[in-house]
Formats: sequence, structure tokens, C-alpha cells
Amino acid sequence: MGIQSEPMITLSHYLVLAALLFSISVAGIFLNRKNVIVLLMCIELMLLSVNINFVAFAFFLQDLAGQVFVFFILTVAAAEAAIGLAILVLLFRNRGTINVQDLDAMKG
Amino acid sequence: MNFEIPAFLPALPEMFVLGMACLILVIDVFLPDNRRDVTYGLVQATLVVAAGLTLWLAGPETQITFHGTFVADPISDVLKLAVYLVTFLVFLYARPYLMERDIYKGEFYVLGLFGVLGMMVMISAHNFLTLYLGLELLALVSYALVAFWRDSARASEAAMKYFVLGALASGLLLYGLSMIYGMTGSLDIATVAAALQAADEGMNVPLVFGLVFVVVALAFKLGAVPFHMWVPDVYDGAPTAVTLFIATAPKIAGFALVMRLLVEGLGPLHGDWGDMLMVLAVLSLAVGNVIAIAQTSLKRMFAYSTIAHVGFLFMGILAGTETGYASAMFYIIVYALTAAGGFGMIILLSGRGFEADQLDDFRGLGQRSPWFAFMMLLLLFSMAGVPPTVGFFAKLAVIQAAIGAGHVWLGVYAVIFSIIGAFYYLRVVKLMFFDAPPTEEQPALNRGGAFATALSVNGLAVLFLGLFPGLLLTLTHYAVAG
Repeated sequence: MGIQSEPMITLSHYLVLAALLFSISVAGIFLNRKNVIVLLMCIELMLLSVNINFVAFAFFLQDLAGQVFVFFILTVAAAEAAIGLAILVLLFRNRGTINVQDLDAMKG
Repeated sequence: MNFEIPAFLPALPEMFVLGMACLILVIDVFLPDNRRDVTYGLVQATLVVAAGLTLWLAGPETQITFHGTFVADPISDVLKLAVYLVTFLVFLYARPYLMERDIYKGEFYVLGLFGVLGMMVMISAHNFLTLYLGLELLALVSYALVAFWRDSARASEAAMKYFVLGALASGLLLYGLSMIYGMTGSLDIATVAAALQAADEGMNVPLVFGLVFVVVALAFKLGAVPFHMWVPDVYDGAPTAVTLFIATAPKIAGFALVMRLLVEGLGPLHGDWGDMLMVLAVLSLAVGNVIAIAQTSLKRMFAYSTIAHVGFLFMGILAGTETGYASAMFYIIVYALTAAGGFGMIILLSGRGFEADQLDDFRGLGQRSPWFAFMMLLLLFSMAGVPPTVGFFAKLAVIQAAIGAGHVWLGVYAVIFSIIGAFYYLRVVKLMFFDAPPTEEQPALNRGGAFATALSVNGLAVLFLGLFPGLLLTLTHYAVAG
């Protein structure tokens, strides 16, 4: 515990930071109309913002389970990125473009 | 700190499937291209043996092991058996389709088996961590399978859309779970439920905030309106064999996900998530049934009909009673079985370089093959809910459960939209029996004895279960009562 007069970083600071990052990533996914790689980056950012949440809660609850969860999320995120990039390569080979707006062969 | 060795026996089917999947992956590498049938046979044998193990271990008691992360109870046994059965049919139907497109590769079956493992873990999850890992294992496998046909531009586009929206859904789920973890201090589903039971009113706001994210993620994964955008594109763009896979067994696992997360974990918040599911169900029933009418592609039509069926599933769950859960479980098992048959019919009609996924391809099937046209009729009747097929009893049970919980208007609403939905199913029946076959040459409807037998059994099972609905209904009630 630091000196009392210094402003403390509380749980809510971490939660606000995570919520901001999460919002940025969701907005990035829905607003982005240019490049699929940016979408992949937004997905990574989203998972990392969730990790901040888990670590912050785990620290303030003094419970290790949340930190263990973070390790699993990191691992899954790596596997997810690998598959995402593989699909991206495939898409570029088949379509010659990774522009989000060009992904309109089917309209759902 | 002492480490206690967990009981491995309840998880024996999972360990067996994992071991076999790894083994088959290695064996497949050493097989020449003309011996892929070995891989296929091994994968099917794995499913049969896993079913045997699950049956052997099945019992009325609830066993929790691996430090509270894994549970084996009646509902998990029944759902796993349904997953094995449906996946077995899927692999069988997929075989001729893959062969004709020169993508009869071991990867399809090994990935499928890993997907089955993911579903099994999800079904048996008793901790947010296991739930998430099972879900991701299934999701990653599904993305890879959709992109599996490497030369198809449509498939790779569908895979990209599926990947981005699926990953978004996972992110939303995790965010919701992190809020619930923070408020209850545990990842264990039973502990979370106990903490929520004891919670005072003041805790509710952040909890409901987390709950919203969880429900939205579940709606994304199951494809409920307004989070359904990916469903038609993925169903349409993916090779039919893969659509067959992602449209059937994962729905059963999705039901398990909703049961474990919302009913067992967040049960005390039923008042909140019940209303959210109601909104999703109302929208799904309307949008799914109405837009399906406008489709000319059978795969897209089935996609929108899936959305409507998810509405029915949510109707059963939001009732919040044991009857409601049992009827929802009955509904989803019946749906998975019927959908497997429906996509199997598309594969039956397809041929080399010919997809048969348009409504017009079914024109005059009654003249070309009266028997298979009759099977398709049974499957379509079951989806539409026409007695005496099993789909009628599935819809009846769900609507009864909703009315029993006091949602009379929802029951009436569901009946109205089922009637609207019957139109597009019956249109296919009309095309099959009352229209002339297309003039150009059609591929022969010869897919081998095993395929024809399985498809016939599938179609007749829909009729048989409809004549004797008590069998499956008793089983689901037993499973839910635990």
C-alpha cells in the first residue's frame, strides 16, 4: 500500500480501461470497411481487454482462477489468430482482395 | 499443498475420442490417397465405441470430477449420445459429396472428430473455463471446416464472415463471463449459482450487465435474430457436407451451452434472461419464417428455417420449468436429426460439379425416385410440424411448455408463424410431386447402399418417433430431471 495521499488505482479504473478497449474493438469491427486484417486486430484487442478484466478481478478478489483463465484465453487467442490468418491467405488467393467491401458474393 | 488425483472414469468417452482423434491424424498421414476409407472407418468406429462407453458409464447419479470442472449427469449422457448419432449420419452423408469434389481428405473427418470432442466438453462443462474451451474447440474446427474446400471462393468468403462474427461472439461471451466472475468471485457453475442465490439486490446491475453480453453471445452462436446475419451466408457458402455438419450436432451442443450457463449457472437471474430470450424468440420466429419464403436456394431456405427453429428452442427454455427444458431438448434433438436428413437429401441429388442446392433441382423428384421423394416429404413435414411426424410433437411440447409458464400469447404467436412457415416447406413438396422434372440430364440418384439405407432410416425415424413420441419424450424428461 502506497502513501495515503497519493491517488490509488482502484478496481474501477481497470474496469473502465477494459470497457474502453472493448468498445474500441467492437466499434472497429462494425465500422471498419477497408481491410480484413484490421478486423483480426480488433478481435485480438477484444480478447486482451477481457484479460485485463479477469486479471483485475482476480487480483482484487485474491482468487487465482481468474488468472488461470487468462492463460487459457491467451492460448486460444493464438490458435484463433492462426486460423484467422490462414483463412485470410485463402481468401486473398481465391478473390485477389482482402477489402471488406468486396466480400459481397453472398448477401445475408 | 497436496494434489488430489481426480476420478478419470466419468471422462472416459472424452479421453477416448481425444486419443483416437490424435491417432487417426497420424495414421492418415501415412495412408495413400486411395485408402482414405481407412480414416473414414476409424472415425466412424470411434463414434460407435464412444457411444458404447457413454452408455456403459451412464447412470442416474451426477458425478463431478477434475476439481469441479467436469460433470457427468443424465442430461450430458443423453445429449452426447444424440451428438454421436447425428455426427455418424453426417459423416456418412458427407462421404460421396467429398469424393465427387476430390476433397475426400482425412482432415475433414479428423477435424469433425475434434469438433465432436469440443461438443462433448461443452456438454459436460461445470466451470466457465471448460465451457469456454469446449466452445472454442468446436468453433475453431467449424471455421476451418467451412474453409476446407480450398478452391471455392464462396467458401472462403463464408469462412471469413463466420470467423469474424464467431470470434466477436466469443469475445462478448468472455466479457460477460468476466463480469459475472467479478461479481460472484467464482468460475465454478454451482458456486456461481449459490452466490447469486445469496446475493442482495444491490449486486444486480453489474450482474445483469454481464448477463446481457452472455445472452447476446449465445444468440450469436445459435443464430437468433437480430444476431443471425452470418447464418444464411455460412450455410450457403460452405460446401454442403460442411453445412450438414455445422447445422446439426452443434445445435445440440448449443442447447447444452444454454442449459449449463443460463439455467444451471445463472438460474437465479431467470427473470432477467427469460425476458431477453423472449425478445429473441419473437424476432427469430418472425424473421426466420418470413424471409425463408423469399429464398430460391434450398440451403438458404434451411438457414432461415434454422433461425425460426432456434426461436422455438428459446421458447422452451424461457418457460423456466422442467417441462420447458425437456421440451426444448426434445425439440433440438428432433431438429438435428431432421436437418441431417434434409441436407442429406441435397447431397443425394447433387453430383460432380452440380450442387443441387436450388429449389428447382427438386422439381419432379416424385417421378425420378418416389421413395426418396417420400423421405424428403417426411423430413419437410417434420420441419413444418405436420402430424404424424415427430416435428409436430416437438412444436406441441414447446408451445405447451410456454403456455404452462403463462405465456399464452407467445404460444398463439408461435402457431401463427408455424403456419406461415409451413408454406415454404409445402412449396418444396409441391415442386417434388406436381411439377415435371427438369429437361436437362440429371445425375443418377445412386449413392451406394449405406447412404440410401441411412437416409431411409433417417426419414422413417422421423415418422416412427412421431408415431411413438413417448420414447424420446420420456428420455428427455429423465435427463432434465437428473
